[in-house]
Amino acid sequence: MDIKVDAAVNINNRTYDVEKIRSDFPILKTKVHGKQLVYLDNAATTQKPLYVIDKTNNYYNKYNANIHRGVHALSQEATEEFESARIIVKNFINALGKNEIIFTRGTTESINLVASSYGRKNIKEGDEIIISTMEHHSNIVPWQMLCAEKKAKLKVIPINDQGEIIFEEYEKLISEKTKFVSVVYASNSLGTVNPVRKIINLAHSYNIPVMLDAAQAVNHIKIDVQELDCDFLAFSGHKLYGPTGIGILYGKVNYLDGMPPYQGGGDMISKVTFEETTYNELPHKFEAGTPDIAGAIGLGAAIEYVQNIGLENIAHYENQLLNYATNAVSDLQGLRIIGTAKEKISVLSFHLENVHPHDVGTFLDFEGIAIRTGHHCTQPLMKRFNIPATSRASFGLYNTKEEVDVLVRGLTKILEVFG
Amino acid sequence: MEQELRELYQEVILDHNKSPRNFRAIEHPTNFAEGYNPLCGDNINIFLIVNDEGIIEDISFQGSGCAISKASASLMTSILKGKTIEEAENVFEKFHELVTDKLGDNPNIDDLGKLAVFAGVREFPARVKCASLAWHTMINALHNKKEKAVTE
Ligand SMILES: Cc1ncc(COP(=O)(O)O)c(C=O)c1O
Repeated sequence: MDIKVDAAVNINNRTYDVEKIRSDFPILKTKVHGKQLVYLDNAATTQKPLYVIDKTNNYYNKYNANIHRGVHALSQEATEEFESARIIVKNFINALGKNEIIFTRGTTESINLVASSYGRKNIKEGDEIIISTMEHHSNIVPWQMLCAEKKAKLKVIPINDQGEIIFEEYEKLISEKTKFVSVVYASNSLGTVNPVRKIINLAHSYNIPVMLDAAQAVNHIKIDVQELDCDFLAFSGHKLYGPTGIGILYGKVNYLDGMPPYQGGGDMISKVTFEETTYNELPHKFEAGTPDIAGAIGLGAAIEYVQNIGLENIAHYENQLLNYATNAVSDLQGLRIIGTAKEKISVLSFHLENVHPHDVGTFLDFEGIAIRTGHHCTQPLMKRFNIPATSRASFGLYNTKEEVDVLVRGLTKILEVFG
Repeated sequence: MEQELRELYQEVILDHNKSPRNFRAIEHPTNFAEGYNPLCGDNINIFLIVNDEGIIEDISFQGSGCAISKASASLMTSILKGKTIEEAENVFEKFHELVTDKLGDNPNIDDLGKLAVFAGVREFPARVKCASLAWHTMINALHNKKEKAVTE
């Protein structure tokens, strides 16, 4: 089969020029062990374009000040940039209002916020919370902690051998006892894109709120929270070509309004006396303390960067790459792809017979290739597939067909040594 | 293959990875421990039969792991059979110094015999845990500690 990946393709009347895109990312010129870096660990974190780096530096170079509390010029400029980043995020996921966009440290903190605040207030003994087998530890542990505290039960939707949620099993699990559903939109270990629309619809027919872990989805799939009708959604800036240490919690305003604050401190109050405190309005109620101001501005810039290329164009291109890579590795002896769902983001997890993923990782590193090896923070999922770990190549908007070829040559060498 | 890689994956290591020695369970061990590497999810079980004189009569392992950890466990079991507990502890210390670079650039690897093949691990700090998991687990088994050995 001949699968085409054009370096400069015309999609939706816009040119996807991967060479030009690569030149936006200074790090891609790096050499590793004397070889050209081939960065295929985008599901762990993505590289940052100069546009994002510059915007972040600009804040520190030109208008560094604290926000929401100064009358001086720098503080006003910083506040304006910070708040306009919030509007960029709001428009990016099509939220109803900017008060539904809360800045957090990342996906992990967003999920913990909901489990702590919404969960502690609403989950009672005997209640049930539903997640799936393919969750990242960050969408397992907060719910486990909540369940332990409240004597509630965690129910897990099983998956099939392709790595897809078995919807009929979800239908069987959900009941009057279910009080919350939290599932991953796209799996970091398998690449599976879950039928979130259907999952939400079913939960809503029982009046159960649904949270989506969109950490791996935001940079591949156009998200419209109103159309999806999800109640909460979480993602991280660093997987979207933005900085680390910043992320988003989206929540419907009627839920957020009824939730107690997650942390207490500055910015989240409107009035404090030693007798009592009145909380600030949304979204500030959930943003105690000085946030990662540069991070928020950088995240806004990253979204602008991605939107300028167009998420549909990126998805189209990455899908071609995934197909090309899937096809290329299929010829390798003893290679088994873990995660063969019909709908996938550009994640290629695999297991080489008789070669442990750690050995694969060390060998590829010497070819300049960065991939992730291990359990990918999804140990229960590894158990489901009866393997301790996988090797995972994950593709971003700047990867090329030639880089896939370098990967395949590296894997071929490994098979020669261990064969 | 690059020089550093070749030093890490020596023929002896590849061979022990492919056909590990003493890769079996012992039905009634006098000493036993489980080891676990949280970084990669690998696990190893070490079985020993230590007689009344404190001599290791039999030693074996089971589990899953990378080439480095499997070869390390395999070589360890081959070397420790017939040794006393004290001798085993001494070899462990030397081995640990070897892979963590404490022996310096010119390690006195003569006393280490075959274990010298693990000298290359020093260049790969991320892989030191792989090489030492079996050893930590063996020490735990000798002390018959109930908790799991965790390479952290
Ligand atoms: C699916 C998924 N959920 C959650 C997370 C956690 O994201 P963060 O570490 O940025 O909080 C990740 C990151 O690895 C992920 O891939």
